[in-house]
Amino acid sequence: MNKPIRAVSIFCMFLFLALMANVTYVQFWKSDDYNTDPRNARVAEASYSRERGQILVGDQPVATSKPSDDRYKYLRVYPEAGARMFAPVTGYLQLGSQTGIERSQNAVLTGEDPQLFVTRLVDLLKGETAQGGNVVLTLDADAQKAAFEGLRDTLGPKGEGSVVAIQPKTGRVLAMASYPSYDPNELATHDSAKASETYQALDGDDREPLLNRAIRTRLFPGSTFKLVTAAAAIESGKYHVGDDVPAGATYQPPGTTHRIGNDGRGQCSPAKIGFATAMEFSCNTTFAQLAVEVGPEKMREQAEAFGFNNSSLLDLQGQVQSVYPTGVDVPESEGGGTRELSLAETAQTGIGQNTVQATPLQMAMVTAAIANQGTLMRPYLVEQVQTAGFDVLRTTEPEVLNDHAVSARTAGELTDLLVATVESGTASPARIDDVKVAGKTGTAQRGDSLCSAGGKPPYAWFVSFAPADNAEVAVAVMIEEAPDRACGEIAGGQLGGPIAKAVMEAVLNK
Amino acid sequence: MPTNLIGYGGWLTILVVAAHVVVRIVAPYADPVLLPVVAALNGLGLAVIHRIDLAKDTGLASQQLTWMTLGVALFVGTLIALPDHRLLARFTYTSGLAAIVLLILPMLPGLGTQINGARIWISLGPFSFQPGEIAKMLLVITFAGYLVVHRDALALAGRRVVFVDLPRGRDLGPVLMMWVVSLGILVLQRDLGSSLLFFGLFLVMLYVATERPGWLIVGGLLFFGGATAAFRIFGHVQSRVDIWLDPFADPDGSGYQLVQALYGFAWGGLVGRGLGEGMPQRVPYVESDFILAAIGEELGLTAVMAVLLLYGLVVERALRAALISRDGFGKLVATGLAAVFALQVFVVIGGVTRLIPLTGLTTPFLSYGGSSLVANWVIIAILLRISDQARRPLPDLAAEAETDPDEQATQVVKVVSER
Repeated sequence: MNKPIRAVSIFCMFLFLALMANVTYVQFWKSDDYNTDPRNARVAEASYSRERGQILVGDQPVATSKPSDDRYKYLRVYPEAGARMFAPVTGYLQLGSQTGIERSQNAVLTGEDPQLFVTRLVDLLKGETAQGGNVVLTLDADAQKAAFEGLRDTLGPKGEGSVVAIQPKTGRVLAMASYPSYDPNELATHDSAKASETYQALDGDDREPLLNRAIRTRLFPGSTFKLVTAAAAIESGKYHVGDDVPAGATYQPPGTTHRIGNDGRGQCSPAKIGFATAMEFSCNTTFAQLAVEVGPEKMREQAEAFGFNNSSLLDLQGQVQSVYPTGVDVPESEGGGTRELSLAETAQTGIGQNTVQATPLQMAMVTAAIANQGTLMRPYLVEQVQTAGFDVLRTTEPEVLNDHAVSARTAGELTDLLVATVESGTASPARIDDVKVAGKTGTAQRGDSLCSAGGKPPYAWFVSFAPADNAEVAVAVMIEEAPDRACGEIAGGQLGGPIAKAVMEAVLNK
Repeated sequence: MPTNLIGYGGWLTILVVAAHVVVRIVAPYADPVLLPVVAALNGLGLAVIHRIDLAKDTGLASQQLTWMTLGVALFVGTLIALPDHRLLARFTYTSGLAAIVLLILPMLPGLGTQINGARIWISLGPFSFQPGEIAKMLLVITFAGYLVVHRDALALAGRRVVFVDLPRGRDLGPVLMMWVVSLGILVLQRDLGSSLLFFGLFLVMLYVATERPGWLIVGGLLFFGGATAAFRIFGHVQSRVDIWLDPFADPDGSGYQLVQALYGFAWGGLVGRGLGEGMPQRVPYVESDFILAAIGEELGLTAVMAVLLLYGLVVERALRAALISRDGFGKLVATGLAAVFALQVFVVIGGVTRLIPLTGLTTPFLSYGGSSLVANWVIIAILLRISDQARRPLPDLAAEAETDPDEQATQVVKVVSER
C-alpha cells in the first residue's frame, strides 16, 4: 500500500503549497489594495489609535490629537477658538471618513506618506509608536478671522456666504471662509451615536453648513465678471483705459428683443462714456457691448486664461469648476449637438449672467492675476509638511498657472480702472486710509425680476486687492443669502465691501 | 505582564510535560515530532483566544484550557488503554454504528441545537458538543477495519467498465452504504465542510487500500456531480459560492465576515501588527473558524506560514507512520487520519483566505471549541501508537541465544551419547 500512500503525501503537499501561495497573495501582493480600500473601516479605525499629526496655522494648531482613554487611544481635537472658522479647510475626522485637509493630507497626518519614511524608521528603531507628520497651512489667522467674523456679523444668523483671500505673487490662500459652518469636534467625537446624529442634522440642514462654499458653490458672478470682459476688451487692442467705450441707457443685443438696462444708473446713459466711468458705475450696457464686440470665442479664451473651466486647487478635494460656456446644448427635438453662443447670450455673459458661473476661489484668482501683473499663480493651502518633531520635510514652491492671463500692461490698465472704482465708484466701501485699493462690486440677478418687482434677492459679490501698485492680498467675497437684510440692500458694495476691507486690513497690518 | 500568564502558561506546561512523560513510558518508540508540534499549535491557539477574550471581554481561553485538559487526559488514557492499535480493528462495526448514532444525535429534538444554520451540535446542560468531530475518527477506524479485510476482493474481483475496475457490490456495498448514510445526514444538517471531509476521506482510503488510481477518477467525477447538484439544489451552497466569487458585492452583509478577514490578513502584512495591536474582533467567529485571520493580522504572514508548516509536519509525520507501519490496518488508519487532518486544514484555511468557498470547519488545535480539540488529541494519540508500533525494533531472536548462560534458569539437559 506504500505506493498510494506516497501519492497521497504528494497530493497533501500540493494542498499545502496552494494554501501558502494563496496566503502570500492575500497578505503580500494584495495587501496594499485592501489597505487602501475606502470601505476598509479597519484602517480608519487604526488611525484613531495612533497619534495623528497636527494641522497648523502659523504656529497655532487648528487640529490636534489628544490622548483618550476610551476605545481609541487618541481623540481628534479642533481647538475651540477657531473650530468653526477653520472647519471648511481642516475638514473633520470621523470614523471611516475624513474631509478637507484631513482627507487630502491623510497620508502625511497618519505618517504613512513616503516623505515620512525615515521618521517612521527611526520611531521603529527607538521602539516608539509612529507619529503622523504635521501640515502647516498657508492661511493667515487674522485674515481668516476677519473673513469668518465679517460674514457672520454682516449676514446674520441665517445668512450664507464665503470669502477667499489669496496672496497674488505666490498663490498662497490667506483666507478661506464659508458661512454657516460647523464644529468639527462634534463629528470627531468617539461617541459614534452622537457623531452620527450630529452628522444627520448638519447634512439635513437647508443652509448646508458642511459645504465649503469657497470651492464648491458656483453662482453667477454678476458684475465682478466685468473684470474678465474688460480684460478681453483691452487685450483685443481696441480699447485702453483712457478711451471712451460704448454705453447707453439700454442695449438691445443683435437678434433679440430683450433689452439690457443699467438698473437706474444715469451715468451710463450717454452713447459713449469714459472706460473708467463705465467701470465705476458698472454699466451693463457697456460690458454687454464689449462682450459682443470681442465675441464668444475670445471671451471664453480670456475666462479660461484666468482659470475657468478648470480645477486648479490641488490641496482640497471636491472643487467644482467655474464655467464660461464652450457652447450651448441644442435639445434633441431641435437636432441635438451643440452650437456656438449667440450674440445675445454673449452679451449676457459679458455682465456675468446667462450660463457664466464662478466659485469664490475663481473670482479671487481673477483678481489676484490682475494684481500680479497678469500672472496667475496656482492657489495652494499647504505651506509645509513637517515631522511630528516640527522638522520641515517639504515647503511648497509657488507654481505659475498662467504667466500671461493678461499682459502686464493690460493688468496695469485694469488696476487703474479698479482703483477709480474704489475711489469714486460703487466699490467705495472698501476704501482704506493711506492705501490704494482696487476693487469691483457685483450684484447678480437671480431669476428675471428685480427686488423692486418682488423678485428674489440677488447674489452679492465683491472683489478687491491692495495695495494696488504692489498687491499683497486679493479678496473675493460672495454672499449667497442674507435674509435679515432687505432685498434692495443686498448689493456687493454695501455688504461685501466692508468684509473685503477687514480682510485686506488684517493682512496689511502685519 | 498579563496577570494570568503564569496560570495559563504553567498549566499548559504541566499538561504537555505530563503528556510527554506518559509517551516516553507507554510508547517509547513513538514519533518524537508530533507531540511538540501539536503542543505548539495548541499553545498558540490558547494565546490567540486569550487575546480575543481581551478584545471581546469574554472568557473563552479558560474554557479552552479546560477542554485541553480533558483532551490531554483522553490522549493519555488512549495511549495507556491501547497498547496496540490493532485492537481497534476489533471495533470495526461497533465504531461504524457509533459514528452513525453520533451523527444522528443532533437531529433529535431537544438534544440538537442549530448554530449558524448548521444543526451539528448537541447541548447537554451548559455544554455543547459537536459529535461529528468524534464521528470522523470512528469512521476512519471503520473504513480501515473493513477495507483491510476486503482489500483483495475490492482490488481483484469485479468487472472492468471502460478503463476502471469496479469491485463487486457485495464487497463495496457495506462501506459505500455507510458513507452514503453519513453523508446524507450531513447534507440534512447542512454541514458542507464535514461532507467534503468525509467524501475525501472515503476516497483516499479506498484508493490506498485498493491501490487503484481509477477510484480517484470515479471519485472526482462523483464529487463534481455532487457539488453541481448541491449548488443547484441548496440555496446556501449558492450563496457561499457567490460570496466566494465576489465577497465585495455585499461587504456589509453576506460578504462581511470574509471581507473583514481579508482586510485583517492584509492589515497584518508580512510581520503582522503585533499581538494586541490589531482588530481581530471585527471578524465574526474569529475565535473559532476564523482564528487564522487573527493570527494573520497580528502575527503576520510569517506566523501563518509557520502554522501551515506545523500542520504540514503533522500530516507528514502521520503519513510517515503509515509508510513504515508493518500492518495494513495501521497503514490505513494512519493514512486516513492524515488525510482527515490535511483536508480539514485545507478546507478551513482555504475558506478563510478565499482560495475555495467557505465551509464551516474548525482549525485543528487552534480554534476555540471543545469537541474538535478533544477529538484531535485522541487522533494524535492513535497516530503516536501506530508510530510506536512501526518504529519498535523487531525482537532480536539471535540476541536471546547469546545471553550469559549463568543468567539462565538452571535446567536439566539430557545428554545423548553418540556412541
